[in-house]
Amino acid sequence: MRTVIEFRVEYLQRLDPDGNAVGELPAFARDPDEVLRMYRAMTLARAFDAKAVNLQRTGQLGTYASCLGHEATHIGIGAAMRAEDVFAPVYREVGTQLWRGVTMREILLYWGGDERGNDFSGPRADFPWCVPIATQTLHAAGAAMAFKIRREPRCAVATIGDGGTSEGAFYEALNVAGARALPVVFAVVNNGWAISVPVAAQTAARTLAQKAIAAGIPGLQVDGNDVFAVREAMSAALERARGGGGPTLVEALTYRLSDHTTADDASRYRSAREVDDARALEPLLRTRRFLEKAGRWNADRERELLAECARTIDAAVADHLAAPRPSTDAMFDHLFANLPERIREQRIAARRHAGTDGH
Amino acid sequence: MAHGWEMQHDPAVVVIGEDVGANGGVFRATQGLQQRFGAERVQDTPLAEAAIAGIAIGMAAQGLKPIAEIQFMGFLYPALDQIINHMSRLRHRTRGRLTCPIVMRMPHGGGIHAPEHHSESVETLLCHVPGLRVVSPSSPARAYGLLLAAIRDPDPVMFLEPTRLYRASRQEVPDDGRALPLDRAFVLREGADVTIVAWGAMIAETLQASAELADTGVDAEVIDLATLSPIDATTILDSVAKTGRLVIVQEAARNVGVGAEIAAIAAEDGLFDLLAPIRRVTGYDTVMPLHRLEREYIPSVRRIVDAVRGTMADPR
Ligand SMILES: Cc1ncc(C[n+]2csc(CCOP(=O)(O)OP(=O)(O)O)c2C)c(N)n1
Ligand SMILES: [Mg+2]
Repeated sequence: MRTVIEFRVEYLQRLDPDGNAVGELPAFARDPDEVLRMYRAMTLARAFDAKAVNLQRTGQLGTYASCLGHEATHIGIGAAMRAEDVFAPVYREVGTQLWRGVTMREILLYWGGDERGNDFSGPRADFPWCVPIATQTLHAAGAAMAFKIRREPRCAVATIGDGGTSEGAFYEALNVAGARALPVVFAVVNNGWAISVPVAAQTAARTLAQKAIAAGIPGLQVDGNDVFAVREAMSAALERARGGGGPTLVEALTYRLSDHTTADDASRYRSAREVDDARALEPLLRTRRFLEKAGRWNADRERELLAECARTIDAAVADHLAAPRPSTDAMFDHLFANLPERIREQRIAARRHAGTDGH
Repeated sequence: MAHGWEMQHDPAVVVIGEDVGANGGVFRATQGLQQRFGAERVQDTPLAEAAIAGIAIGMAAQGLKPIAEIQFMGFLYPALDQIINHMSRLRHRTRGRLTCPIVMRMPHGGGIHAPEHHSESVETLLCHVPGLRVVSPSSPARAYGLLLAAIRDPDPVMFLEPTRLYRASRQEVPDDGRALPLDRAFVLREGADVTIVAWGAMIAETLQASAELADTGVDAEVIDLATLSPIDATTILDSVAKTGRLVIVQEAARNVGVGAEIAAIAAEDGLFDLLAPIRRVTGYDTVMPLHRLEREYIPSVRRIVDAVRGTMADPR
């Protein structure tokens, strides 16, 4: 027998948990202002996230999926993308969305149970949140196909969780993207858990990155708690895609430090010890240490930043809480470009019944 | 509870699905089963609904009786290829040689402030498929008895569990292994003036409405459809023959719903018993809204009462 093909999966880390550079840093990481920009964005995402969880706990928001622990992955993806690229998220990528200009008010509207939250005022071409797992990966492939047909130098990025990589749609997306050399990057956010199911129970594959190999596209792992590594790998993949080189899969290894959502209780299925160990590797701390070592950060600045985040968030929350309840018309508006007559009649009936639910 | 009883008494019964093991299901419907029966008979599957339905078919065809959980009905769609093209018709295609004694359980409907795609009522999709039974319980006791019947049934049963039921109802249910009949509607309240047919979570609003109506002298008969496909036409037609009036309540969108089928049955086989036009109280023909408006979508007690009053006032 002879070997027809061999493969290997590489792992990229640029910032260790103590905040030391690993290997040669990419240009953006050598620019302290750029690092500061990413650190601020990560901090804002975390602070916003904590506020959202709080609002849920006090009955002012619906079920919410926390991004705690994912900040480096989310900001790394956002910072690598261009504004004109298109993002197809799942439901947890608050950091990427804030970076791309989705507003806090929109995020709160969505999780507060109001479709207006999906009408992004910033990234108008981005896809909305996507709850049906893995379906978004095909939308990203399709968007990439549109860019390719129209010869636009744009890329699509889809995120997907570790659990999501078990769905058929994910493989279909990888396959079509590889077969047509589409300008798309699949960012697999491997946070160890799909609700109560650990990655090892999803697949016998040693890495999720290697799932790309079967589709004939490159796949690599990065330290998902290292914003430098995520951005570097995503940038390289996007550059390759933009240049006609086809898709890439980037598996970011991170950890879900929170419950799956506010409706979940992770203590039912995972140990506090595991979470504590993971917390020691979390992404903000190492970025702050890096900045401190570079003489660009200290406790005062941290305090100022947190205060500034709190002000921004409080204003957005106040704005959100003041948003008037949508009228019953919102149920029907935008269902079709031209609402059929039978449904127009139902819209009128719904107005008549409005508020009769007793809730 | 029904799971446990039947697993205890029938070694062929297995439970599969997302998060059904250590976590006991997101609504805790399979809580404790993995500890009791082990990680082979109670398995977390990879996150893939086509796989859940497809392996259930494989296991069932080879002698097991899978109870497969789909985490929410809105995530059923990847499994529909397996359910419609294979599960519903394996018996028919193989002339009875291979069969699918499978229960597909799934949370159904809204009203619990859940996120997008978690609150839809799409029973009609399943009711339209030949070879499937579609069942929806309206209370914990009915869930116990009907689930037992579904597990024991030799054919696939789609078991739609109203999400409001998990949250709202507390009821002591004896764990006695006694099944309720499938393909049978239940008369929950006898009445002389009007027949109201509902199922699943809408039974609560319907009973409330009938109590309100009773206060104003309208005596409603309430029928819990329970098995949505095939429909127990006899129970409905007998009731309509008595009352002469029919109101159908469903949470799902109106268009081509189960309510339309019931109305058609009454029109075809009970027209001369009817004293007034049939009325339907339904969800609207639009997407189930996110939770701020979900209660505007789900038929309210008021809407049911209004419809019944309307039909009582209708000239014949
Ligand atoms: C098709 C589909 N099936 C099931 C669900 C229910 N569900 C929501 S999140 C989740 C786990 C997802 O895990 P993963 O892909 O790892 O993403 P994470 O939540 O960890 O970010 C499940 C099973 C869903 N949303 N969509
Ligand atoms: Mg995960």
